[in-house]
Amino acid sequence: MNYEQLIHETALADERLLVMTAENRALIRNLPGPLGARFIDTGITEQTMIGAAAGLALRGRVPVVHALATFLTLRAFEFIRTDVGIGNLPVKISAFVPGFLSDGNGPTHQAIEDVSLMRGIPGMTVFAPADEQDMLAMLPAIWASPSPAYVRVNTRPATYQHEPFVMGKAEIVSEGTDITILTYGMLFEQALIAKDLLTEAGYSVGLVNLRSLKPLDTEAVLNVVRGGSLVVTLEDHFQTGGLYSILAELLLENELTAKVLPLALKERWYKPGLLSEVLEYEGFTGQHIARRIGERLGDGVHSFGAKTKVVENEFAE
Amino acid sequence: MTSEKKQALSELALRVREHIVRLSTDGGCFTGASLSCADLLVYLYADFLNVHPGNLTDPERDYLFLSKGHDVPALYGTFAELGFMPKERLSNHLKSNDSIYWHPNRAVPGVEFHSGSLGHLPSVALGVALDARMRGQNQKVIVITGDGELNEGTCWEALLVASAHKVNNLTIVVDRNHFQANIATEDLIPLEPLAPKFEAFGAVVKRIDGHDFAALEEAFTALPFSPDKPSVIICDTVRGRGLPSIERRADRWFCNFSSEEITSLLKELHSQEATNLTSETLTVR
Repeated sequence: MNYEQLIHETALADERLLVMTAENRALIRNLPGPLGARFIDTGITEQTMIGAAAGLALRGRVPVVHALATFLTLRAFEFIRTDVGIGNLPVKISAFVPGFLSDGNGPTHQAIEDVSLMRGIPGMTVFAPADEQDMLAMLPAIWASPSPAYVRVNTRPATYQHEPFVMGKAEIVSEGTDITILTYGMLFEQALIAKDLLTEAGYSVGLVNLRSLKPLDTEAVLNVVRGGSLVVTLEDHFQTGGLYSILAELLLENELTAKVLPLALKERWYKPGLLSEVLEYEGFTGQHIARRIGERLGDGVHSFGAKTKVVENEFAE
Repeated sequence: MTSEKKQALSELALRVREHIVRLSTDGGCFTGASLSCADLLVYLYADFLNVHPGNLTDPERDYLFLSKGHDVPALYGTFAELGFMPKERLSNHLKSNDSIYWHPNRAVPGVEFHSGSLGHLPSVALGVALDARMRGQNQKVIVITGDGELNEGTCWEALLVASAHKVNNLTIVVDRNHFQANIATEDLIPLEPLAPKFEAFGAVVKRIDGHDFAALEEAFTALPFSPDKPSVIICDTVRGRGLPSIERRADRWFCNFSSEEITSLLKELHSQEATNLTSETLTVR
């Protein structure tokens, strides 16, 4: 089962489901034939696509819309906020190549403020699967929900056997007393590697795959904070407005404090290139993540010297 | 169009204009832009569209989307007169106990979708038109835009997509009152020649006097203009129509009048329409 097969199967079972795209067909190339009129390509018009999706949703449809994450959340932001958001309509946004996944495209294509923007819209839900298997586990519940939804599409092969998805619940991979890494999306894969490296170095390491940023599994996150370990917020997103901000808001609301290490993009776009180059240069491979956490803990013993091999992305529009 | 029908529509339009004037105080409203499309909305709801208080959830009803949302006094005035809502509800204008404010809200029966930000509803209407076609229904889907609103690229983008998908059940109606917010359209972002622009984007276009009920009937009853293209009707109108003291004035887009001014404007309104109306109507006023 892949993304295209899942959407095809769901559309066959539920006539409300429609597929729309602003000429981003990478994951849905084979659907025009089987879906017929329920496959709508509006051309390179993110705003018109979102407006039309709102109109279709008004008529009882559940449009799953496809375009690059950055153009959807930025070019069409006001249409998402004003038509989908104010209307509180079940438009399901499949945002392609978010975060580091736009690899070689450059800053124009870097959706690294998308979580910040989408979670600010009342009623909008925000999801970031760790890999393809995680995404396929999550999408049926996301599409079945009456809420508008933003999904950071991630088709990278799984390196971890995920639990079934429960709406609003995080996946607790491990609990740790020294360090807990909170992460979402494609960096989960690197976080797993970092966890193993740090564990080998003798640390007790927790890892949480958040899956859903809104609604947030506040119980899971507060448990981590109360556990007293160093909390690492790891994200391919600007440091402002993403997970680090979400955690800060939660801490303030609960009159708590914590030792937090943000690993995010602070006031900068990232250097474009092959994914392995990006992660290496920006310090987001498993090795670099472990090294940066070790530095924060004042670890002068372990070097975390073995370079992490990164599976390249397969980009297509 | 029979003279009786014309008379009835004129009387209805006068009552709608009274509502618009009465809403132009205690905070005010977009008076000029509402007066320009009052005749259009009265014709559409009273005579043309298959939509009335009894069929607002019928999926086969006709749809009207008001993309230039600031003329909502004309829409609500029409709704109040046609029984979509009690007339007294208009007195909730700008009060927190209701959703009657400067742009349309779906809490008011008959409003298909909220608007206020320009250039949105052509694409929302396109989505509704696509769904109606998918379901084999043949109702009309109409979206009214302002002429200043046509500055927004998304109006043209939506038409481009509608043409590509041969959406013939979508009609874009332009309230061509020749003014943007603060300035004449042709002095800021000239739109003319307008009809050829729409034709170049793939629509079939008719251009009419938007205050002439017979012309409105002739144009709308000819829809769709093509079996495989969207339709556009450009309604040439006058901003502030019905009140010569504010007609065609750049500074009478948004108005907030004193109660004395409202009294005098109502008087002016009635004196203007006198030639077209029966003595009975005028004594009722």
